[in-house]
Amino acid sequence: MHVRDLAGEAFAGMLACPVRTALTTLGTVLGITTLVVTLGVAATAGNQIVGRFDELTATSVTVDVPEHDPPLVAWDAVEQVTRLRGVTSAVALAESEAAANVAVRANRLVDPTRAAGRTLTVLAATSGLPETVRGRMVQGRFFDQGHVDRGERVVVLGEQAARMLGVTRIDRAPAVFIGEQPYTVIGVLGEPRRERALAAAVMVPSSLGPRFGLRHVTRVLVATGLGAAELIARQAPAALSPGNEHLLLVGSPATPARARDAVAGDVEALFLVLGLVSLVVGAVGIANVTLVTVMERTAEIGLRRALGAARRHIAAQFLLESTLVGLTGGVIGAALGVVAIVAVSAVQRWTPVLDVRLALAAPGAGAAVGLLAGLYPALRAARMEPVDALR
Amino acid sequence: MSEPVIELVGIGRDFSADPPVRALADVSLRVGRADYVAVIGPSGSGKSTLLNVLGLLDRPSAGSYRLDGVETTTLGDGARTRLRGRRIGFVFQAFHLLDHRSVAENVMLAEVYGRRPRRGRRERAHAALERVGLGHRAVFPPDRLSGGERQRAAIARALLGEPSLLLCDEPTGNLDSRNTEAVLDLFDELRDQGLTIVVITHEAEVSERAARRVRIIDGVLAEV
Ligand SMILES: Nc1ncnc2c1ncn2[C@@H]1O[C@H](COP(=O)(O)OP(=O)(O)OP(=O)(O)O)[C@@H](O)[C@H]1O
Ligand SMILES: [Mg+2]
Repeated sequence: MHVRDLAGEAFAGMLACPVRTALTTLGTVLGITTLVVTLGVAATAGNQIVGRFDELTATSVTVDVPEHDPPLVAWDAVEQVTRLRGVTSAVALAESEAAANVAVRANRLVDPTRAAGRTLTVLAATSGLPETVRGRMVQGRFFDQGHVDRGERVVVLGEQAARMLGVTRIDRAPAVFIGEQPYTVIGVLGEPRRERALAAAVMVPSSLGPRFGLRHVTRVLVATGLGAAELIARQAPAALSPGNEHLLLVGSPATPARARDAVAGDVEALFLVLGLVSLVVGAVGIANVTLVTVMERTAEIGLRRALGAARRHIAAQFLLESTLVGLTGGVIGAALGVVAIVAVSAVQRWTPVLDVRLALAAPGAGAAVGLLAGLYPALRAARMEPVDALR
Repeated sequence: MSEPVIELVGIGRDFSADPPVRALADVSLRVGRADYVAVIGPSGSGKSTLLNVLGLLDRPSAGSYRLDGVETTTLGDGARTRLRGRRIGFVFQAFHLLDHRSVAENVMLAEVYGRRPRRGRRERAHAALERVGLGHRAVFPPDRLSGGERQRAAIARALLGEPSLLLCDEPTGNLDSRNTEAVLDLFDELRDQGLTIVVITHEAEVSERAARRVRIIDGVLAEV
């Protein structure tokens, strides 16, 4: 028997009763759709979660510098870190308990009614701060190496600090008084997403630090490219303080894999079980209908035997028919699943993650379900005696 | 004299029921090439059982059956199936046409399990349909045909494999007299073309057209 004849007979058998075939595929469609959607949405959602971690945590490395004599990290050591491959920016900070509560007053000229003094945090920083904390200069600019070198008396206010001090515009170079000394406000930093506390802080160039007891670097923040954080976390201490790297404390980024596992787990498992159950139901459905078909087509089986069909030809035909039904269900299910993933992603504003292997395996799984379901009916059909079948 | 198409010697067929049924008892029969034999007998006498044995659909319990000189009782299942597909054409009372396929496709089904190439199959099917006078109905679905036309389509299917033997079990059982006449005319033609035909019937009209009649009563065969 020619393969094409076998395929032709199986197709004809499948299409002889299209409505029934369509209904038969339903269980498989349901099962495959559920599986594809579950796996696809899990991958998509997992990817989003990883993405979020990438931005907030997985690209951030923090190095705490303990007090030490001589100081462990020099102010210009941050340059060495910036040179490492994978580092996008870095900033050295000096903070202290004493400098966390400093009386700051606004220049009376800004707004006489809100001139009351405030207690704010003062910290010293190098120039790379806005990029490193993923902030944005809402007004003016951050101080640069020039300000540091010249020892200029300039400050940058956090957005919240600026509001508290009543500094609304900086185009006329307003001043704030820290202690008795005036300092020119050259910029306002907004949305420091990585270090939210900076919104309420007063930032001064490292050259002014000693005036507030901020002589030495206490912390170095590093921003890295995607996936580089773990590597940088290992390399940064040596770059900052050659020979003393073991004394530095590195805050290790959360591993993306762990974050993903934690979220994916339970829901995914539930839906996978649901999908598998639907597949089993689908298989039972196909087996059931194929068995009924075999019984209904007893005379046809007898006729085929009379025309010279061997038992294996009969078995092959019914097996192929049920496999095709399963395959059809798999193809439809895969298509529906992909559409659903894209729809869910669109609603959630996610980037859909479509695994090609999943899209290809789904029809295969459908076909396998059909094949398994067809085994028993095909065997029954092949076992029929032609004499009985034709009676 | 040439070799007979059918040579039965001492064929018996017992069914193990309670009580056991002896459907065929010591049946011997020779049918030569281009013979036209009618098998008659009362209901339950063993006619269909004989036809099933002749068609290699059933194995006799005893005796020897040579088809075209080949001893069939010792053959395995596969060899019997191949022999059946190649040498024997069947015509059934119930036609057994597939509803969802055109007349031509139904006829072509006869070659699906054979060794002939797919090439030219449609042409051969059309030729077979022309032979039974149904060339103009090739694309019809079977349920649009009259009973006589359906039986002729079934005969065309039986002829497609160019069998040496045509076995017909009550071929006119579902037909009115006019359609019966048409089918019997066709049998005459086929016989004249050299086909060997064995027809089971209980209709006198059918058996009278056959050159030779045998009767079965309680599994025992006798010439009439
Ligand atoms: N599988 C079987 N098991 C037991 N008995 C059977 C079986 N097949 C046939 N018989 C019996 O064998 C006898 C002959 O049956 P068969 O079908 O050959 O009769 P028939 O001559 O074709 O009758 P009809 O004209 O009614 O078709 C009957 O008595 C029948 O009951
Ligand atoms: Mg009968």
